[in-house]
Amino acid sequence: MLYVMGLATALTLLWLGMSGIYEPVVLSLGVISIAITVILATRLGLKDRETSPYHRIIPFLLYTPYLIVEILKANLTVIKAILKPDMDIQPTMVKVKTTCRSDLAKVIFANSITLTPGTVTLRVDDESMLVHGLYEADAQPEAFEEMDRRSSLAGDGRPSKGKGATK
Amino acid sequence: MEFINDVIGVITAPGWRHFVGALLCAIGGVSTVIAAAGVLRFPDFYTRLHAASVTDTLGALTLILGMAFLAPGLLIVFKLILIGLFLVLTGPTSAHAIANAAYTAGLEPIIGKIGLQKAKEEDEA
Repeated sequence: MLYVMGLATALTLLWLGMSGIYEPVVLSLGVISIAITVILATRLGLKDRETSPYHRIIPFLLYTPYLIVEILKANLTVIKAILKPDMDIQPTMVKVKTTCRSDLAKVIFANSITLTPGTVTLRVDDESMLVHGLYEADAQPEAFEEMDRRSSLAGDGRPSKGKGATK
Repeated sequence: MEFINDVIGVITAPGWRHFVGALLCAIGGVSTVIAAAGVLRFPDFYTRLHAASVTDTLGALTLILGMAFLAPGLLIVFKLILIGLFLVLTGPTSAHAIANAAYTAGLEPIIGKIGLQKAKEEDEA
């Protein structure tokens, strides 16, 4: 029931923001469409803890500023690499160990790696990820530890146990 | 000509809001052009993907932020935030899908130094 309420609230906010016309006729249409969506989602079984991660919103918001700073730094590196007359890139592939447990945390970690220019996740396994990096020096496994710790905190809700956690 | 007048009108409009918005839009546009140059300059598929992700992040997000500063109402800002959120979620997912498909298909990435650096090393050897 809590998840249904959450979904209805989120849909209402979305509808109010997208519409911008607050007349009775249009509002009633919005109410009807939200009701249909909630009923369909309930029938499809999309109302458990995994499909409505509202409890993760605050940790995720705390993670965002760090991610934005990382993205800006990485963008400068890649733009410098593009503009250099003599290209000095040194592409490399590294295996990055991850301490993230849940799928959500892994998605956050893999997407953060891909979102920062200069590194792309090629494959996601249970305990490691294959990452292609633009500079060998920047893409050492140690460089991802901080991001791993933080995305684990954002996705799993607990700090990862560090290097020794995997086997 | 009308377009140029519009641009000048936006930049010289009273208040700092329009100036900041125009500046952010300019940064986004320039970085997108640089990223396009990178896609052409880089040697292989995977490195070109890195250049393309500059468009995804710095390019698109600063453009959207700039547009949010220029927006006439909060409703537009809300829609721009939604577009930005959508881009942040789909951009890396599609980039990962392409990279994963190429890797699974067996496309070998170039590893190690490339271009002039490599030529220099070979000369010394």
